[in-house]
Amino acid sequence: MANYKIDITKDHCPITFVKTKIELSKLAQGDTLEVLLLKGEPLENVPRTSTEQGYTVLSIEPVDGDIYKVIIQK
Amino acid sequence: MKKLSIISFSGDFDKLTAVFTLATGAAAVGYEVNLFFTFWGLDAIKKKQGRSFTGKSPLTKAFGFLMGGLKVAPVSRFNFWGISAKIFRSLMRKNNVATLEELVDSAKILGVNFYACEMAMHILGIGKDDFIPEVKDVLGVASFLKLADDGQTLFI
Repeated sequence: MANYKIDITKDHCPITFVKTKIELSKLAQGDTLEVLLLKGEPLENVPRTSTEQGYTVLSIEPVDGDIYKVIIQK
Repeated sequence: MKKLSIISFSGDFDKLTAVFTLATGAAAVGYEVNLFFTFWGLDAIKKKQGRSFTGKSPLTKAFGFLMGGLKVAPVSRFNFWGISAKIFRSLMRKNNVATLEELVDSAKILGVNFYACEMAMHILGIGKDDFIPEVKDVLGVASFLKLADDGQTLFI
C-alpha cells in the first residue's frame, strides 16, 4: 500500500479539486492520499466529493491555524 | 453520473475562464462534462492560439485573423486593445489562481468532452483540422441536446 501526499493550501478553486482528483486517480485499492488544505471551501468539499466518488475519508484533523490534514483511502 | 453541459458561445477571455473553471471543477468532483463550442467560442479550441488567417475564403480568412485564438481572447469589458487580458493573466499568476491556459490543460487531463458546432464552423470556414486534437466531434443542435439530456446545461 502506498501513501501519497498533496498540499493544496496555496491553491484556489477549481485547482484544489483538480489536483486532488488527479492524485486520487493514481491510487490503487488500499492506497491513501494525505491532503493538506485550508478550512472553508476546500475543507467542506474535498472530503464530501471524495466520498461521493467512492473513496473513504479516514481522518480530518487540524494541523496549524487554518490548515487541516485529510486522509483519503481508495 | 451527474452531468454538466456548457454551450461556450463567447470568445471573451473572462467568459472562457468561467467556462473552464466550471468545467474543470465539475469534472474534478465526478461530473461528466460536455463543452459545446459555437461562434466566438470556437476561438478557444483553435490549434493556432494567436492570430492566423484560418478560413477558406478571403472574407472568412479576415474573420479568422480578427477573431484569433485563445492567447488573444479579449476581455468583455475594459479590454484596452488586449492589455487587460495580459494584466488579468499576471494577476492570476501572482495570486496563485489558475490561468485560462492552465484550466484548459486541466480540462483535457480530466477528460472533459470538447465538441464543435457544425453550423458555426461552416459559416466561418473552419474545419475540424483547425482545432486541437481533443475536439471529439463536430455536432449539430440535436446531437448536443441528446448529449446534454438529463443533466444541467449552461450558456456562457
